[in-house]
Amino acid sequence: MSEIILRARGVTREFRAPRRTLVEKRSVSFALQPVDLTVRTGSSVGIIGESGSGKSTLARLLLGLDRPTAGVVEVGGHAVDAGASARELRWLRRAMGVVLQDPYGSLDPRMNVGRIVGEPLWALGIDGDRRQRVREVLARVGLPGVEERYPHEFSGGQRQRIALARAIVHRPQILVGDEPLSALDVTVRAQILDLLNQIRHEEGMTLIMVSHDIGVVQNVCDEVVVMTGGEVVEQGATGDVLRHPRHAYTKQLLAAIPTI
Amino acid sequence: MSLIVEGLTVEIDGTRVVDGVSFEVPSGGRVGIIGESGSGKSLTALAIMGLLPDGAVARGSIRWEGRELVGLSERERAPIRGREMAMIFQEPQTALNPIRRVGAQIVEAARIHHGLRGHRAAQLATELARDVGLPSPETIVSAYPHQLSGGQRQRVGIAAALAGQPSLIVADEPTTALDVTVQKGILDLLAGLVAGRDASLLFITHDLAVLAQIATHALVLDSGSVVESGEVDRLLSAPEHPVTRGLLRDAKATLWRPEGSS
Amino acid sequence: MSALARLWRIPLGRSALIVVAVIAATALVSLFWTPFDPRRADAYSAWAPPGWPHLLGTDGTGRDILSLIMAGARITVTVAIGAGLVATVIGVALAALGALTARPVRESVAVFVDILIAFPVLLIAMMIAAVWGGSLWVVIWSVGVGYGVNIARVARIELRRVNRADFVLAAQASGLTRSQILTRHLLPNAAPVFIVQLSWSMAAAVLAEAGLSYLGFGAPVTQPSWGLLLSEVQDYITVHPTSVLWPGIAITLTVLALNLLGDALREATDPTLSRGRRAQTHTPEVIA
Repeated sequence: MSEIILRARGVTREFRAPRRTLVEKRSVSFALQPVDLTVRTGSSVGIIGESGSGKSTLARLLLGLDRPTAGVVEVGGHAVDAGASARELRWLRRAMGVVLQDPYGSLDPRMNVGRIVGEPLWALGIDGDRRQRVREVLARVGLPGVEERYPHEFSGGQRQRIALARAIVHRPQILVGDEPLSALDVTVRAQILDLLNQIRHEEGMTLIMVSHDIGVVQNVCDEVVVMTGGEVVEQGATGDVLRHPRHAYTKQLLAAIPTI
Repeated sequence: MSLIVEGLTVEIDGTRVVDGVSFEVPSGGRVGIIGESGSGKSLTALAIMGLLPDGAVARGSIRWEGRELVGLSERERAPIRGREMAMIFQEPQTALNPIRRVGAQIVEAARIHHGLRGHRAAQLATELARDVGLPSPETIVSAYPHQLSGGQRQRVGIAAALAGQPSLIVADEPTTALDVTVQKGILDLLAGLVAGRDASLLFITHDLAVLAQIATHALVLDSGSVVESGEVDRLLSAPEHPVTRGLLRDAKATLWRPEGSS
Repeated sequence: MSALARLWRIPLGRSALIVVAVIAATALVSLFWTPFDPRRADAYSAWAPPGWPHLLGTDGTGRDILSLIMAGARITVTVAIGAGLVATVIGVALAALGALTARPVRESVAVFVDILIAFPVLLIAMMIAAVWGGSLWVVIWSVGVGYGVNIARVARIELRRVNRADFVLAAQASGLTRSQILTRHLLPNAAPVFIVQLSWSMAAAVLAEAGLSYLGFGAPVTQPSWGLLLSEVQDYITVHPTSVLWPGIAITLTVLALNLLGDALREATDPTLSRGRRAQTHTPEVIA
């Protein structure tokens, strides 16, 4: 059994609504119920849920981009303190790479592709021939030689490839995707999914994929975590959960999916 | 109550983005248009509704109830729009006016085309809200769009489309921006409403699985032209054109397979 | 296409840019050469009309007006740049504080900025000058602070908007520190907005300097400011009307050019205009 690379214990996050009057107590507008999650090295976990389920909130917490209200996230055995400075969190940033949902918002429109993809190398102070690595990684995602171009010159699918290149340039151990395919066309989706799978296997990365699309998760993830209303309602091996759902919500979700 | 489109072309700045599209939507029929982004499917819908953007020119023939629509002026078109044919848009977020209550937006078409006012308009709003399955219809009509969820907003969009009592509903990717469970509700709703009101439906989507749920016949568009058309069941089981086959293959690659089906 | 290239294509932008460049060049040139020494008084040539050798004529003490205007450009440029710099530094600092810090700090800064905006810049400049004596510094600082808060107000909103973008989150995930994110991502993306405000603040500075000097609160008498020149010759406007023209035109032209430059810059850097067109030709997804 391989080691545990990421673990969440009793992780919760409460969001408080802004006060309307100075004396009113701030009410909780959304809460992520305590989540326990264990991810083993080399595995791929899918976090499924619809809007408002808390899946993106959970993803941010696992990435150390947000602080849990309670509970602990551990990566590689080290506890993550999301409130620490960027310098102190370098080890975490090095270990993880992320691809976000919106291909039109995740790339800085004023930077060229080369700078965008190379940024993690620069920020994390990684040695070696950075330009060479950027070239390598862009070629790997199917966009060789585009370093001088700007994001607006590319389509949605191509931008996600660039985002993927950025996510793996620093050779992270864990790749996290927050709905990376949702904004893409069906054809493009299949291509990117393929690419993701290939890269993951080649580099031996652990994958955590947040999605509302069960088809995508089924194709890529060994394990699945189902969320709704801020709670994890079911988790387990993908085949098991999708074939024999136990929780009412999972059943409802599966029944609603249009199939051919 | 039928729509016959023949040789429709749409040009924008000299580029032909819809090229010789022909199809029919019989009365009571549910026809789908499927294609990727850029295939011209939305523009076809906009051309039928007379809502093409400035600079776009439509040519060919769109016959609605025997009347030729291509070449009509805006003044001649406006009475048809909303009253005989209505459109449902993709983004529930932006299709509604954020500073008006939803009830008012629902009955707008009825007010303009049928002169409905005051109490009767309010009644219609509540009725339609109920028809589309919105919770607490009497109170929800006084809500503002931002107070509703995405699915609820889309239902409001559907209610608004129905208010003028159209015979043709053109739905442009109405469920693309919605969650799966919500989507199912909307598709069921649309199918039920179209049957109940004896209206026809033209449904546009890029998702084959969604198409399979709602349309009986469909045409496949690629770069502005129809590459294949026919019954949806046949398209899914025995597609002929490479584009259709490609769409099917890609859909299956990312589709959830309940165990036991291929 | 870069913003500068786009600016060049806008007719007003091109003209404004040229005028501003000419003024700056004049100021530079005047450090090395002017037709006559601007301070040289020549009683025999007093009130000469435009002609040769005094191309724009002379004033009451026989000083060459063209040389005075050229030398005056130095002050104009100094004040515009000085106030611009002060406004930018104050504007960016306040905007960053007002956009990127914890809620209590953000909100207090916002209120503070709103209060300062309410203060009339020229009045304050005059009050300060009345107490500490007029000087270019008074103009630079009062206009700098006055416009700095205007810039802060606009930039703050822009910074907040950019801060919400996914690429900022991605930068954080890549390990950038907050200040790195500010300089590499936030400011460059918010810059178009404050560059426009900057232009306008420089226009205001020039006008303020002219006005204050004219009133005696600005540049000391020894320095050849356009405003001062205006106040000196205006008494004789009925007798020697052309002499008033020149400083007046110089001031008007400069302020107009800077204002129009700001307007043109706004158009040139508008992301919706340029991006929209690019997106259309490249990604048909947007249309169909």
